[in-house]
Amino acid sequence: MTNRYFYEGATGPWELVIGLEVHAQVSSNAKLFSGAATTFGAEPNTQVSFVDAAMPGMLPVINQICVEQAIRTGLGINAEINLMSVFDRKNYFYADLPAGYQISQYLQPIVGKGYLDIELEDGNVRRIGITRLHLEQDAGKSIHDQHPEKSYIDLNRSGVALMEIVSEPELRSAEEAAAYVHKLRSILRYLGTCDGNMDQGSMRVDVNVSVRKPGTPLGTRAEIKNVNSIKFLAQAIDYEADRQIAILEDGGEIIQETRLFDSVKGTTRPMRNKEHAHDYRYFPDPDLPPLILDAEWVEKIRQNLPELPDAKKARLIKDYELSAYDASVIVSEIEIASYFEAVLKVLNPCNSKSVKLMANWLMGDLFAALNREGESIENCPISPEHLAGLMSQIQNAVISGKIAKEVFVLMWESGKDAATLIEEHGLKQMSDDGAILAVIHKILEENQGMVEEYKAGKDKLFGFFVGQVMKATAGKANPDLVNKLLKEQLVK
Amino acid sequence: MTNLASKAAVKNDLVRLTLAEAKEGLRQKEFSSVELTQAYLESIRQNASLNAYILETPELALEMAQESDNRLAKGDARPLEGLPLGIKDLFCTENIQTTAGSHILEGYKPPYESTVSGNLKKAGAVFLGKTNMDEFAMGSANITSYFGNVVNPWKRADGKDLTPGGSSGGSAAAVAGGLALAATASDTGGSIRQPAAFSGVVGLLPTYGRCSRWGMVAFASSLDQAGPLTRDVRDSALMLEIMAGHDPKDATSAPVEVPNFQKLIEQGVKGLRVGIPKEYRLDGMAEDIVTLWEKGAQWLKEAGAEIVEISLPHTKYSLPTYYVLAPAEASSNLARYDGVRYGLRVPGKSLDELYENTRSQGFGDEVQRRILIGTYVLSAGYYDAYYLKAQKIRKLIAQDFKIAFQKVDIILTPTTPSAAFALDEKPTDPVVMYLNDVLTVPVNLAGLPGISIPAGLSREGLPLGLQLIGPAFEEGLLFRAGCVLEQAANFKPFLER
Repeated sequence: MTNRYFYEGATGPWELVIGLEVHAQVSSNAKLFSGAATTFGAEPNTQVSFVDAAMPGMLPVINQICVEQAIRTGLGINAEINLMSVFDRKNYFYADLPAGYQISQYLQPIVGKGYLDIELEDGNVRRIGITRLHLEQDAGKSIHDQHPEKSYIDLNRSGVALMEIVSEPELRSAEEAAAYVHKLRSILRYLGTCDGNMDQGSMRVDVNVSVRKPGTPLGTRAEIKNVNSIKFLAQAIDYEADRQIAILEDGGEIIQETRLFDSVKGTTRPMRNKEHAHDYRYFPDPDLPPLILDAEWVEKIRQNLPELPDAKKARLIKDYELSAYDASVIVSEIEIASYFEAVLKVLNPCNSKSVKLMANWLMGDLFAALNREGESIENCPISPEHLAGLMSQIQNAVISGKIAKEVFVLMWESGKDAATLIEEHGLKQMSDDGAILAVIHKILEENQGMVEEYKAGKDKLFGFFVGQVMKATAGKANPDLVNKLLKEQLVK
Repeated sequence: MTNLASKAAVKNDLVRLTLAEAKEGLRQKEFSSVELTQAYLESIRQNASLNAYILETPELALEMAQESDNRLAKGDARPLEGLPLGIKDLFCTENIQTTAGSHILEGYKPPYESTVSGNLKKAGAVFLGKTNMDEFAMGSANITSYFGNVVNPWKRADGKDLTPGGSSGGSAAAVAGGLALAATASDTGGSIRQPAAFSGVVGLLPTYGRCSRWGMVAFASSLDQAGPLTRDVRDSALMLEIMAGHDPKDATSAPVEVPNFQKLIEQGVKGLRVGIPKEYRLDGMAEDIVTLWEKGAQWLKEAGAEIVEISLPHTKYSLPTYYVLAPAEASSNLARYDGVRYGLRVPGKSLDELYENTRSQGFGDEVQRRILIGTYVLSAGYYDAYYLKAQKIRKLIAQDFKIAFQKVDIILTPTTPSAAFALDEKPTDPVVMYLNDVLTVPVNLAGLPGISIPAGLSREGLPLGLQLIGPAFEEGLLFRAGCVLEQAANFKPFLER
């Protein structure tokens, strides 16, 4: 991914200004204002209550779980929680919007200003302001390609709770935008307030992009909708920056408009005028009194927040002397962090050396195996307890690091623990001076010529002798011991 | 109830009983619910020209009556066991057509029962059918119904057909004319009290939030409130006790207890302070109405109340405020009638055409007018000048009442500026029609309870109503003062004439 803070045009550098609106589906078993279920992928129109279908006389009633999730998220992004917020109606006609309005929050959202810190590839950290978070309903889905004249409507999503999280226009590159979404997604998943599945539409991003000459006022922006992966987000921003710069440098003007990202072509195109020419006629929903929160309840939610990625990272660095990079990788996904911490719980001994060793195994062999098998860490055949067991075997010099790799493969295949496998396969390290010495004597005897050459100054041959010993012991000899004993024998 | 037995002896007299009398008659086994129901069904047939019902459900009514008779026989009667009611067609009734008086909902059978009608059903009431109403409750004469206008059972000396008022005109005509023992209604700007006044019956607008709006077709959500139309004050209390109650399915429903109103009604008004708001004395108000109002104050005074002149200074802004806010909410509430999921669909070549065809054919003129007004006042550029300003004035109007209720316990006004008008005299200017609501809308804007008590006759011999307004959740005070007015006025209802 490019990290272009400035886009070079014919007239000199242009600065990119990006603001993001992230729509995150609230993790909840029921919809924002109805008791209907929210399972993804259910048969069309099977998760629809009378409220979701806007039957006559039906009324919305706020789902407290969704409110709690919004508060939790607000606290997770260091934001003010508004103890009084208002639900408004956003009026527009569309076939998949049953009531003819979407219940949203306009002037008084539940969550106010906050921020999150993003970390860039070069290790720099930038603080990005968040303008607000509000709760709103999702619409249903129109399906246009199943019949030549008709459209089909699926109302399963109708009324599902969304959090719209709006950033300040403080992002300056595609990389920053991607890092922001990545970080936000990670926080939401730590909090358990959104599953973050972009491919299922649980997280959708609208991107506002404008360009300007550095130091000048903000340019006119275009809003890009329909961006459903972090990769596409970066593509869309780069495309849009180039498009806008080209227009401006040709003496043209940017039109404030909504554009759609085409993931096949990697381009953006304007939405048809009809699709966004709305006067939404916002007004407070008279069916819903203002949402008043109890400060004590908010405080209780704050106290029960889980440890979030930044705090966890700082703790891992402080307590275990992990490198910033390692700690970042470990905390980036909640599943990895959970696995890591589960190993920590049973790791014996548990000190910075053993933790570093474990982190290397986790990020090395374990990640590689997961990648190769296309497996997620939650379904890893090697349990955290078993990985900790393997570390103990290495730390206690029962096996060498090299044998450990063999044991790791066996563990992956069998699901058995390291100790059992070492026993079954006779992989225990030889740490008996006498036994190793016997092998050394045999090797030196068989290679007397080389011994002479070594003694004559050909130091490189030491490695050859080590290799021979290891080979003769099938790798089981304790390498440190081999080195020590071999040196003693060769000086004789 | 001393002459109950003799009254009931003539079958036709069954339709003259009050709800309380009929309840007693059933309990005493003087007649059965099936007999009572049959009497009403017969009356509905004979008075079909009033057009009080959009849909009659005689088979269902008799079935419910039979079930009630079984329960009565077992001594297992519920509070409204076997009593035949009319249900305004605004209340969704399970598997029974509910149209709100509109073509766009013609044939619509809700798969659910509104909370209010459900409460009545659970109390054992018998449903005779769905009463006629102005389309989506938008009207003051019951002439905007797609299913035709309702005719007031009262006649003027010239014999002309009169409006029963609106929007609950069908319910009012049914109760006045003996086509229902009592009926449900709804009031957004006067739709219970004005038809009550025009038809000589008692109409109660409960405090906003007293009755659940769940399952009631919405007109203007912040103003709509269900209430009863009955033959006397006692019946009103009896109906409210059953209709009211907190409903977790309606976020605007008030989590307050429902008192035993029937116990309160005969407590009198001794020591109560009754406010007479000077701003309700409209320019050119008919002399007979002014006189009746003064009489009402005198009756209350004679019963031991103190009469106090008060001021509600923002009254004159009520009507314009109402006619900004109610259409604004309606324009949004009625957006769901789009031909996509239920009700009328008039196909088109595109989605927009489907909307245009369905909504222009499905909605009548008055509904379209209010949708346009509402859309306009919410539009970018007009919102602040209309909607937002109206919201601010609404607060001031509510404040007026709050201040007044520091001085008085209850307020007395006329219900309407005139008696029922003939259907062929209906105003052609919609704004003139809107003036009918001038004395009733402030109460809705303030979310307060109001009751209209039939208290006398106009010069032309038509019923006139007096309105009592109380503080929030003080319907008990309305019943107490209403009962005093009722006894003093000794009003002879249509059925007694």
